Amino acid sequence: MSFYGLVDGSDASLKSYLNNLSGVDQVGAEARAAMLATRSIKTSSKRWAIDTAITMVDLTTLEGADTPGKVKALCTKAVRPDPTDSSVPSVGAVCVYNDMVSVARTHLDLIGGQHVPVAAVSTAFPSGRASMAVKIQDTQDAIDAGAAEIDMVIDRGAFLAGRYIDVFNEIVQIKQVCGDKAHLKVIFETGELVTYDNVRKASFLAMAAGADFIKTSTGKVAPAATPPVVLVMLEAVRDFYEMTNTRIGVKPAGGIRNTKDAIKQLVLVNETVGPDWLNPKLFRIGASALLNDLLMQRMKMDEGYYSSPQYVTMD
Amino acid sequence: MSFEYAPAPESRAVVSIKPKYGHFIGGKFVAGSKHFPTVNPATEEVLSQIALAGKAEVDAAVKAARKAYTTTWSKMSGKERGKYLYRIARIMQERAREFAVLETLDNGKPIRESRDTDIPLAAAHFFYHAGWADKLEYAGLGTSPKPLGVAGQIIPWNFPLLMLAWKVAPALATGNTVVLKPAESTPLTALLFAEVCQQAELPAGVVNIVTGDGSTGALIVNHPGIDKIAFTGSTEVGKIIARAVAPTKKSVTLELGGKAANIVFDDAPIDETVEGIVNGIFFNQGHVCCAGSRLLLQENVAEEVLHKLKNRMEKIRVGDPMDKNTDVGAINSKEQLAKITELAAAGDAEGAERWSPACTLPAKGFWFAPTIFTGVTQAHRIAREEIFGPVLSVLTFRTPQEAIEKANNTPFGLSAGIWSEKGSRTLWASQQLRAGVIWANTFNKFDPTSPFGGYKESGWGREGGRHGLSAYLKGVSHE
Repeated sequence: MSFYGLVDGSDASLKSYLNNLSGVDQVGAEARAAMLATRSIKTSSKRWAIDTAITMVDLTTLEGADTPGKVKALCTKAVRPDPTDSSVPSVGAVCVYNDMVSVARTHLDLIGGQHVPVAAVSTAFPSGRASMAVKIQDTQDAIDAGAAEIDMVIDRGAFLAGRYIDVFNEIVQIKQVCGDKAHLKVIFETGELVTYDNVRKASFLAMAAGADFIKTSTGKVAPAATPPVVLVMLEAVRDFYEMTNTRIGVKPAGGIRNTKDAIKQLVLVNETVGPDWLNPKLFRIGASALLNDLLMQRMKMDEGYYSSPQYVTMD
Repeated sequence: MSFEYAPAPESRAVVSIKPKYGHFIGGKFVAGSKHFPTVNPATEEVLSQIALAGKAEVDAAVKAARKAYTTTWSKMSGKERGKYLYRIARIMQERAREFAVLETLDNGKPIRESRDTDIPLAAAHFFYHAGWADKLEYAGLGTSPKPLGVAGQIIPWNFPLLMLAWKVAPALATGNTVVLKPAESTPLTALLFAEVCQQAELPAGVVNIVTGDGSTGALIVNHPGIDKIAFTGSTEVGKIIARAVAPTKKSVTLELGGKAANIVFDDAPIDETVEGIVNGIFFNQGHVCCAGSRLLLQENVAEEVLHKLKNRMEKIRVGDPMDKNTDVGAINSKEQLAKITELAAAGDAEGAERWSPACTLPAKGFWFAPTIFTGVTQAHRIAREEIFGPVLSVLTFRTPQEAIEKANNTPFGLSAGIWSEKGSRTLWASQQLRAGVIWANTFNKFDPTSPFGGYKESGWGREGGRHGLSAYLKGVSHE
């Protein structure tokens, strides 16, 4: 493994790589995110943003109560979010637990959703508290069942204890399992890492270890994808691109429930890493409720008035 | 595909600008005799005709202020004065959108800044000083502090309403009455403020507003019926005022020019530092006396910071100030644009390297693209003279000591910025810098509780906070 020539895989080289990162000033990062939240996105640009956001949604269900019926309904919605309007694009992916991957993949293929990938949460999601053998098997199962994207969680305990090399090695091993069969998204659970310095550090660690995407949260811990956290991750991705010429994707997940929040995320992308990242290959939004709000706003733009939620399908 | 932001113009319908304005004297609007136009610098549209106050009008205003001082305002309890200030503050908040739109039309600054910075801060100054009005005995400025009398206040065009608030709020809280002259090119929000005084039923003559040019200002400065002069503006005019009041009994506070050093150490949080550099020099088109107009970069990070700064500057949105997404608006006047253009040309002539992002400037109006000059040394004019525009001079240094020497090597001393993640270095540097305001890991942050003012040629006295009260009270040292 070359790790882009940034580290050689040793604890010492990883420490030196992470120690060279500049710090993040909390007040400044929050002020920048707040300023970008004032951008006023109207008319044609709002329409473009809504459709772009729909293609970026990782439509998610991660509940103990998930059943094949629920997952199939989600898949149907993912392929044709608005059954009455064929101009609405499909979402970015369907995101489910490991044991629901085959249900989702089979159903998507059945209904003409071959183009919609299935993402599986992995490595003892959401806590990450399991042995490495279990995490590898978890990932392998999901890939065998047809997952094209793996959303793994990092070991936050190891990270907070300063055992960065353990976090790094886990990502490296899961990346090996993914090989060329699945894209790897690495979840930090930023609500548990707490500081922006930690978010920046985790971002650079994961990117060097082989992440294709870096992702804020599991959706099980609040706060999750706050604008300043996403800003710090986007800055890391931008800097990493300059260092390595490799574009890493970003996926905010958790807490993005309406169109306004989604558009704020797109503004952050546009003014931090730039328009190259404004597509589902490099930016995804992990959400469940968001999709319906995007659809309602889209209808409002077409028809000039807000419809009742009964005019969009619940799942 | 790209994410172009569609135009998002703020509505102008909220303001009604009269074709012609008079002065506000003794609680009433009185017609002027001569008039001059005020224009929207973004379009060169004439917004209104403004009265030019001569001796008669200034005399009438001072007389009204004296009468209000003697009969009403100096006799009123602090508690009652405070009620009026609270009332003014609340009305300013209620009419904030009107103020913001008017400020942007008359000044050229982006609506985002007038809406989110100027107007909320102006109201905050009235709220803050309302709280002091009945507590002056406990401000540590003597057991029974007394007002000075009539204050003559002359304010600049860069933050028209905010500078009015900085002047009027402390004067009124401490029991003084005022004759205020807004800048020639930006009188409209002061005239709207006069309406607010009427709406708040402020006793007649407590606030008088006369409009005009430098000749009106001179009449105020030299008026024998005035006890105190408060001026914000250029160092050049500040010196004329200092000479004029020297043989008189007048108190004076001056808030003048600056050439602030924004110092970036090699352990700075780079992304936020870049934001701070941009905010330091491009906020309000650089029309800021405390602007971070000299960027001092530690040489070992200079390349990285400049690279990121240029990338960031490519994202600055220059254009229609009324558009909610505009970051940098119009230069306030043709004269100011000429001054900026001349100094930038001096930068070219002296061998500094000019860079601006690609941006299309509107055909009409007064515009100057955000600009940085690299390869600047202490000997360049653009490192010494205040440009008062969106032009940043970039210098480098090798050691913290050298940074301090360069930062202090200026006749000015208004503000400075320090960027470092190391607390001990920040504290050490802030003790060495000869500047009235020092920001650490931020820039251009203002608050009514914090005193503001300069060292050396940047001015005399402080405005804001407890220190600012002393400038309007008898027998209190001004520092």
